[in-house]
Amino acid sequence: MIPLSHFLIVAAVLFAISIAGMIINRKNVLILLMCVEMMLLAVNLNFVAFSHYLGDMAGQVFVFFILTVAAAEAAIGLAILVVLFRNRRTINVEQLDAMRG
Amino acid sequence: MIFEQIIFYLFSAVLIAAAVGMVTVRNPVYAALCLILSFFTSAALWLLLEAEFLGLVLVLVYVGAVMVLFLFVIMMLDLNTDPLKEGFAKYAPVGFGVAAVIAVEMIMVLQSAPFQIAAPTVPAPENNTEALGMILYTDYVYPFEIAAVILVVAIMAAIVLTLRRRPDSRKQDISQQVQVKRADRVRLVKMKSETKEQA
Repeated sequence: MIPLSHFLIVAAVLFAISIAGMIINRKNVLILLMCVEMMLLAVNLNFVAFSHYLGDMAGQVFVFFILTVAAAEAAIGLAILVVLFRNRRTINVEQLDAMRG
Repeated sequence: MIFEQIIFYLFSAVLIAAAVGMVTVRNPVYAALCLILSFFTSAALWLLLEAEFLGLVLVLVYVGAVMVLFLFVIMMLDLNTDPLKEGFAKYAPVGFGVAAVIAVEMIMVLQSAPFQIAAPTVPAPENNTEALGMILYTDYVYPFEIAAVILVVAIMAAIVLTLRRRPDSRKQDISQQVQVKRADRVRLVKMKSETKEQA
């Protein structure tokens, strides 16, 4: 049988890779949103693994709610991105400095 | 047992490879496709963890809806990806360095005793969907309704944000339509009757 820690290590590596993606792709808002989605996926993997190994369904209920909120976040984030691109013709973070004092 | 281990290590390797691919490829379309692959493999891992309902929901909701939305937006935006990727070589060592430190720290923590559970302590319920529904509609019914409200708010926010009123769009104005008088539309013109030869 696979021990619990192996699932947790996979989730931790996934989370670390998405943090690396945030630092590397810091100019492209689209990839940043995808990295946020992957972070949430890593957290969900933790929840499901704990739920399975400790025999508590509450973990899966939490995953359900995280999926809901992540879907809402993706929809609103992409809508903001579309409006941003329509107004500025770019999604490069370095050029989005209209509020700089 | 050994089959489960083979499945686990295979899918974990694919998952991490897809994640690395997502953060390193230049083209956002390829990044989205790598993310889809990682969602699929995690759904398989969740099936291995006997969370069948959530595994299927991950494929249906994420791969079927959210990632399609991402792909739509990528193809709608007409991006020039060259300036978006120019800092790659500069940021890659920092990014992967930070990620390696975080991963090593977390793995060291995960070596401690509380996380060394070899097998599930309680047998999983026979029907995962039924067990999830039983707890979701009793103990978690208010959070469930709040989640529904959040989704409605997300729909409305996405529509309101992207709604654009063009000045030249031809839309109906109902109040103007019912206020209209006969004189605004019909004009009687006096003229002589025409015969067939003249026409």
